[in-house]
Amino acid sequence: MTPPRPALDLSLLPDGGVRWLDASGPNSDIVISTRMRLARNVSGYAFTGRARDGERLRMLAQVRDALGAVPSLSGSLLVRLEELATVDRQLLHERHLVSKELAGLDPQHPIRSGAAVFLGESVGLLVNEEDHLRLQSLRSGFAVPQAFESVHRLDQELGSQVPFAFHREFGFLTACPTNAGTGLRASVLIHLPGLVLTKEIGKVLSGLQQMGLTYRGLYGEGSEVVGNFFQLSNQTTLGRSEEELQDLLVRVVRHVIEREEEARRVLVRDAGYIIEDKLWRAYGTLRYARSLTFDEAMNYLSGVRLAVGLKLITGLSVYTLNKLLIFAQSAHLAHLEQRTLTESETNLARAKYVRQVLVSEGGGVE
Amino acid sequence: MICDNCKERDAVVNLTRIVDNAVTQLHLCEKCAAEKGVETTVAVAQHPLGDILQAVQQQASTTSEDAAACSFCGATARDFRATGRLGCPHCYDAMEKSLRELLRRLHGSSRHVGQRYDAPVTHVATPKPDSIHDLRDRLQRAVDTEQFELAAELRDRIKVIE
Repeated sequence: MTPPRPALDLSLLPDGGVRWLDASGPNSDIVISTRMRLARNVSGYAFTGRARDGERLRMLAQVRDALGAVPSLSGSLLVRLEELATVDRQLLHERHLVSKELAGLDPQHPIRSGAAVFLGESVGLLVNEEDHLRLQSLRSGFAVPQAFESVHRLDQELGSQVPFAFHREFGFLTACPTNAGTGLRASVLIHLPGLVLTKEIGKVLSGLQQMGLTYRGLYGEGSEVVGNFFQLSNQTTLGRSEEELQDLLVRVVRHVIEREEEARRVLVRDAGYIIEDKLWRAYGTLRYARSLTFDEAMNYLSGVRLAVGLKLITGLSVYTLNKLLIFAQSAHLAHLEQRTLTESETNLARAKYVRQVLVSEGGGVE
Repeated sequence: MICDNCKERDAVVNLTRIVDNAVTQLHLCEKCAAEKGVETTVAVAQHPLGDILQAVQQQASTTSEDAAACSFCGATARDFRATGRLGCPHCYDAMEKSLRELLRRLHGSSRHVGQRYDAPVTHVATPKPDSIHDLRDRLQRAVDTEQFELAAELRDRIKVIE
């Protein structure tokens, strides 16, 4: 029997949807990506959670009609999530292009009529998520001003076509009061193995919470921290300007990067051979294992990423490691294998995929 | 009906199970249901605002805002406490007082100091105010949430347009 062709062709995306992975941005050995998100709602409609099907569809149609006058999204791809199979929705989520809620993968929020995403080059527009509109920009490395500029341009262009809900005192109005005001969530996805290994991470995380930042796992709210990847973002959105929120993130993340670099120096100085052995074992497991769970793969990838950062392993690019981070997830593996996989089949497929990538783009062995 | 499991007590829980497309019905008493891990009490809503909402709940329950429904979407302060989500932009005015306090606790401020915004005044993309579709949706929502006064008003406005 021929397996059904996947309905979603991601090669249609303007930049394949993965330019943010290419490790071309500043500090990309430690910071994988920078994301800026603005929450907006359209006047005249109930918020998504309370809206009826017809209202959500009319809102989507209104936005779609306005996009002709929004250069930031010219040539963007419209994906109607409700029309996709679960595995395709999961694939978009694994690529960080749509949230779990919009993709209907969160058991508390089944897929809604009108759930859609417009995907442009490095920018995207999520429609009918918790808020009507979530404008976002995703960039490689530690690129706060660049990411903000993209999302700000999209905001200005769209806001001059579609009336956003705005209050003189409370700013941009959102379904959850935690997003009101600027609606801006500025975040970085950062890899902090040095701070975890030196057990400094607790102090750093509680310090950044005191500064008004919060941390989450690889996939944002509600996700676990795996593989020492943390998402750091501003905790509050009201009472500070967009510039102040960006400055705060830049200041704190710069400090965290310095602490991570210092921790790595300490590791090499005080426990050089133990660390070297640990990291080579991580590489060996990825290179030869026949079955890998997602958490295992993430943890060993974290080790190899650190080894590349410490120049213990050479010839393996950060881009390759970033790709593994995304492409070794279950929906991607199902697409690769062109069939539905059970959990154990996924683990086998993951080990096979990781081996192949490491062999073809592999690091030097001393 | 007697419990399918213990065959002693009255069944109070009807459990529908779907295994490999086969539907089976199980009637259980409260005790047997609990033993099988079936929750029989209504779960308390979990949302990220947690304690803060509870604090505001105590404060809000003494104000008149608690009972008043938003005239646009029909949401009440009670709906907000149950879901952690407001119903529409107009809710910010309908619940202004308690929201100001909540925003202050959440953000340390209740005043937006960022970018100002003026919505486009006249444009093809601006929604027609109170279109028949919108009014019908609002009427249906008002009926669903038993906001009968609002429903009657919306019904009259629809009649005028029709």
